[in-house]
Amino acid sequence: MPLTPERLQDAYRQMLIIRKFEETIRSLYQQGKIRGSFHPCVGQEATAVGGCWALRKDDYLTCTYRGHGQAIAKGLNLQAAMAEMLGKETGCSKGKGGSMHFTDPSVGLLGANAIVAGGVPHAAGAALASQLQKKDNVAIAYFGEGAVNQGVFLESLNLAVIWKLPLILVCENNLYSEMSPSHETTSVVETYKRAAGFGFEAMQVDGNDIEAVYNAVEQAAARARAGGGPTYIEAMTYRLWGHMMGDPEIYRTKEEVAKAKENEPIVRCGKRLIELGCTDADLSRLDGEAEAIIAAALQFAESSSAPQPADAFTDVFI
Amino acid sequence: MSNITYAQALNEALREEMKVDSRVFLMGEDIGHHGGIFRVTKDLIDEFGADRVRDTPISESSFVGVGIGAAMVGLRPVVELLFMDFALVAADQIVNQAAKLRYMSGGTVSIPMVVRAQQGGGRGNGAQHSQSFETWLAQIPGLIIVAPSTPADAKGLLKSSIRAGNPVIFIEHKLLYNIKGDVPEGDYSIPIGKAEIKRDGRDITIVSYSRTLLFALEAAKTLAQKGIEAEVIDLRTIEPLDMNTILESVKGTGRLLVVHEAHSNCGLGAEIIARVYEQAPDTLIMPPRRLGAKHVPIPVAESLEDAVLPQPADIVNAVEAMF
Repeated sequence: MPLTPERLQDAYRQMLIIRKFEETIRSLYQQGKIRGSFHPCVGQEATAVGGCWALRKDDYLTCTYRGHGQAIAKGLNLQAAMAEMLGKETGCSKGKGGSMHFTDPSVGLLGANAIVAGGVPHAAGAALASQLQKKDNVAIAYFGEGAVNQGVFLESLNLAVIWKLPLILVCENNLYSEMSPSHETTSVVETYKRAAGFGFEAMQVDGNDIEAVYNAVEQAAARARAGGGPTYIEAMTYRLWGHMMGDPEIYRTKEEVAKAKENEPIVRCGKRLIELGCTDADLSRLDGEAEAIIAAALQFAESSSAPQPADAFTDVFI
Repeated sequence: MSNITYAQALNEALREEMKVDSRVFLMGEDIGHHGGIFRVTKDLIDEFGADRVRDTPISESSFVGVGIGAAMVGLRPVVELLFMDFALVAADQIVNQAAKLRYMSGGTVSIPMVVRAQQGGGRGNGAQHSQSFETWLAQIPGLIIVAPSTPADAKGLLKSSIRAGNPVIFIEHKLLYNIKGDVPEGDYSIPIGKAEIKRDGRDITIVSYSRTLLFALEAAKTLAQKGIEAEVIDLRTIEPLDMNTILESVKGTGRLLVVHEAHSNCGLGAEIIARVYEQAPDTLIMPPRRLGAKHVPIPVAESLEDAVLPQPADIVNAVEAMF
């Protein structure tokens, strides 16, 4: 299904929902209402929505601790996501997983993962299952460019190619591996070239251009469904906030971040919609709708109960 | 009944489960036409094809991870590690992923995957091919750990493991593969979490599993000639531990020795003894003892390896010291 102008409006609203979700989390975090860490994806919404919206609900997704956007774009219920952030029994993992482990197999979300590259072989495994059962579902794995030096990542590249798996790997290259510039930590920092070296169909796209991401993933999915094997898409983007809450961001200048904001995906998508005939009033209506959806999710989460202590002992083999 | 080896019994279990359940598939190094270095997957590729008896590159971390992903979407992978020592290469996938994903997802996903591996020494394979890892794996909530000692148990427990619906670490021993025993034909299973009394006795309880269980039975024969009747319990499952069978036995004997090949330090022997003291403090009439590998890496030369790993004579000596 192409990203028609009408659907692009919905995608714009979806990006706003993700942005507002994380802005709300930041505020809750600052109020001390959220435990553990929070790794925002602010500035990377186009890779999430562009990629996940090019797929079917029954396609599989694994992502990372910076994966709120992808999880929501794939269809994770927002109220359950917000409740999970607040550690409530109505959360998508009943308060056991938290920010870094959003999971909902009913929408194909096999899990965000807190180990860098840890979820990449899981997507490969889901792709293998699809292939073995002669189904046409594909699997997509999102990761940052910081993942490309992990052993399991490189091993998975090899497996995906030799087994011709229906797998789409999306590298969100935001230039920083946690708090280090990636060009200092990575031998071939244009990571798609590594994948090409493994035999992948590999490309680089503008990750802040939602249509570019959508088109690349849509083509990769069609190829995978037809038995053409895996594709590697390096989506160039920028993380506008720190690696996590409390990151002093000494590795970059305020000027650099300010410049990056000019190119951020939601603003760009808004401009594109204006080009396509939307009015400022249309955009502000979409913004208002996103705002209302987040407010409802927050209200649901805050009014939910904490899990009972006895619930700590369920959902595991004991 | 048929009299077959431990390796043949495992092969039968795999074949039978693959026949009745199309979700079951195998992955591992050289398991296809080669049939696995210990021949456990012999000829299965001819019957089920290379898709379901899948040779992998030497990259344990990724293919264990692939097993997890396939399990999450409904398949039943049985993943073979050539040596248990290589579990460390895949440690993140076993410990951080397989063991935890069901819990972290609030029960919305599960990992019905078996990881099979042979472990242990006695063959001069050296310190990176002779270790026993059940102790530290048992520290990880979310893993079922089984370690059969006989062909019949091996077959029945492997079938139960494939059906368990949760990640199972299935521990084989490299020196058990050629041991023969009577195995019931056709479909049967041994329940996970159930120990078995392999020899009745009134004087002392010896708890063991895997290869040292056979040593314990051998020692029990020697002890009987000296007038000591040992009751020998085969744990069969390490996690969850069947404490009831141990406690019942110790109530009758008043003496306890735990024997395993894994290093003694912070080991299962210590755990079982602690639990007996916690759960039945008045049953022991003598301080309990444990026997395990001494605290050095496993050496190659036979004279050295025998000095490090518990031997049947060590069991006899330890028991005699308790009378």
